[in-house]
Amino acid sequence: MSRSSSALIGLALAAALALPVLAQSGKTGLGRPALPEEIQAWDIDVRPDGVGLPPGKGSVKEGEVLFLERCAACHGEFAEGVGRWPVLAGGQGTMTADRPEKTIGSFWPDLSTAFDYIRRAMPYGNAQSLTADETYALVAFLLNMNNLVAEDFVLSRENFLTVKLPNAPSFFDDDREKAERHFWNRTPCLSNCKPDTRITGRAAILDVTPDGGDKSIKVE
Amino acid sequence: MGANGKERGTSRRGFLAAAAGAGALAAGGGAQAQAPKPDPLITEPQDWNRFLGPGVDAAPYGKPSKFEAGVIRRNVGWLTADTVSSINFTPLHQLDGIVTPNGLCFERHHAGVAEIDPSQHRLMVHGLVEKPLVFTMEDLKRFPGRVNKLYFLECAANGGMEWRGAQLNGCQFTHGMIHNVWYTGIPLKAVLDEAGIRPAGTWLLAEGADASAMTRSIPIEKALKDCLVVWAMNGEALRPEQGYPLRLVVPGWEGNMWIKWLRRLEIGDQPWQQREETSKYTDLLADGRSRRFTFVMDAKSVVTNPSPQAPLRQKGPNVLTGLAWSGRGAITRVDVSIDGGKNWRHARIDGPVLPMSLTRFYVDFDWHGEDLLIQSRAMDETGYVQPTKDELRKVRGVNSIYHNNGIQTWHVKTNGETENVEIL
Ligand code: HEC
Repeated sequence: MSRSSSALIGLALAAALALPVLAQSGKTGLGRPALPEEIQAWDIDVRPDGVGLPPGKGSVKEGEVLFLERCAACHGEFAEGVGRWPVLAGGQGTMTADRPEKTIGSFWPDLSTAFDYIRRAMPYGNAQSLTADETYALVAFLLNMNNLVAEDFVLSRENFLTVKLPNAPSFFDDDREKAERHFWNRTPCLSNCKPDTRITGRAAILDVTPDGGDKSIKVE
Repeated sequence: MGANGKERGTSRRGFLAAAAGAGALAAGGGAQAQAPKPDPLITEPQDWNRFLGPGVDAAPYGKPSKFEAGVIRRNVGWLTADTVSSINFTPLHQLDGIVTPNGLCFERHHAGVAEIDPSQHRLMVHGLVEKPLVFTMEDLKRFPGRVNKLYFLECAANGGMEWRGAQLNGCQFTHGMIHNVWYTGIPLKAVLDEAGIRPAGTWLLAEGADASAMTRSIPIEKALKDCLVVWAMNGEALRPEQGYPLRLVVPGWEGNMWIKWLRRLEIGDQPWQQREETSKYTDLLADGRSRRFTFVMDAKSVVTNPSPQAPLRQKGPNVLTGLAWSGRGAITRVDVSIDGGKNWRHARIDGPVLPMSLTRFYVDFDWHGEDLLIQSRAMDETGYVQPTKDELRKVRGVNSIYHNNGIQTWHVKTNGETENVEIL
């Protein structure tokens, strides 16, 4: 083999190894452009600043009719919840109580969440079947059930940001690394850590565990 | 009171009868010392020693032995209104090592399991990007830089029923909203870079294709740091209940963010305040304020054996084992106490110790039939030491539902029966 032909083979090898040239641009060229119609079809999220709200409006009265027809079977006529299905109204003032009742009126920080969630996930079992006007009406009705707007209220994209939820100021961002700093860098005790210990509670007393293990015991 | 109070009653009677039987045996055994009898399982040929078994292909996809039929996920009926938006639990007390078998990984769905033909699945990337894109599953599998990673996924509500005191009798129910899986996929960063994130992009919204259209906001730093887009778990395609054909992996962060049936990634400049990051997955404190964006799972551990569903049955040598994990990195140490926290010993850690993965520990011990109060305490590489339940209640109250990582206590009674208890 001549020197030049072996050099050629070397070059070819180098080319083969360098085949994934995509590193150059950082792009693979995989995928295809998303079309505006496709983005519009899937991009239904709504933010607290109103970005994503569709045009439309709906009244408390219209919402009541819709709610009775499509929601009340699970959430109750007054959004009070049937059985263990979620309660959507009431509970104001219970956040420090023994059993807090978290609802749109008592707990949720942003109204946009109600519009977004109802439109994306409700009614349960027939998601994304509501029109924009219907969703505005249902949110208006739920606001009324939570005593946050009057019976003649009409909710629209235009006045959406004027409605504030009362519990919004109670939320703050994760601060565990500050507030719970004392859980870090301690030297855990290893021996004679406490004089005595006693049992203060037992799961068996509540007896709410499903049968899931062979609990019959024979010690040998 | 659960709907199954009746069954529980029966099993309790069963337990008493068994205990009485054991007493009678012990009494009889003392009366007359007998020469040991040969074991017929050894002296007599058994069916499986003589007759041919099923051939290859009898089960083209293999299943566990029929004798393992009790090793299953279980739910707690009274927790949710139906099984479609519900949860079941990994049987931690029946598993060993650190990898959770695919069919035993706990399930949490908000609208049931979506059944998606992978050829009909699409992933869209849009929002604050240079070039909005749509990918097919085939496109994603052609990306360079494929990776394999072992991570735990823990539901933030794991242990949520235990804030007010010991309630459920079994580590499957108190700690089973967790699994640990080898994922195969590509870094989320690769997909986002292909679309090109604009400088204003600081948050990512991930959305699922199921009927709940599950959504979560994720800070862009996390998305670019170590999140993955995956199609395989433990070497095979994702299970439908784990998001087949595509799921997001958000290492160390609460399970709800690991969007299943992943279909959409939107880049934005603020969080979306979706239902699952406001109404749910926010931690209500005693003073009425609520912590939000509590993404990281704090260090935690649990003894899986013995535990209420896996009582002690033999005196003499026994193996205590359990799991430890931390969303902030690797586990550095696990201590175990058998006297309710008076004295502790370092557990032996076996197998790989990987960041944001389950870590297996053991204590080999002799049991003489005495009462035990068993606890474990995990430490991670950031210096975090798992708190007691009371230390946690002191700073969080009892209404926060999520992120209960307090030290668990099991009471082993003199007959070996084991119960979930709270101690002082
Ligand atoms: C078949 C029962 C059913 C029907 C009908 C139904 N829902 Fe729901 N709803 C649910 C369930 C179940 C959830 C919780 C889903 C989950 O766990 O993710 C829920 C959750 C909600 C929530 C969030 C509650 C919270 O506190 O986070 C809102 C708001 C809501 N539904 C509104 C509606 C509206 C409006 C309708 C009618 C258009 C409706 N629902 C119809 C069952 C139902």
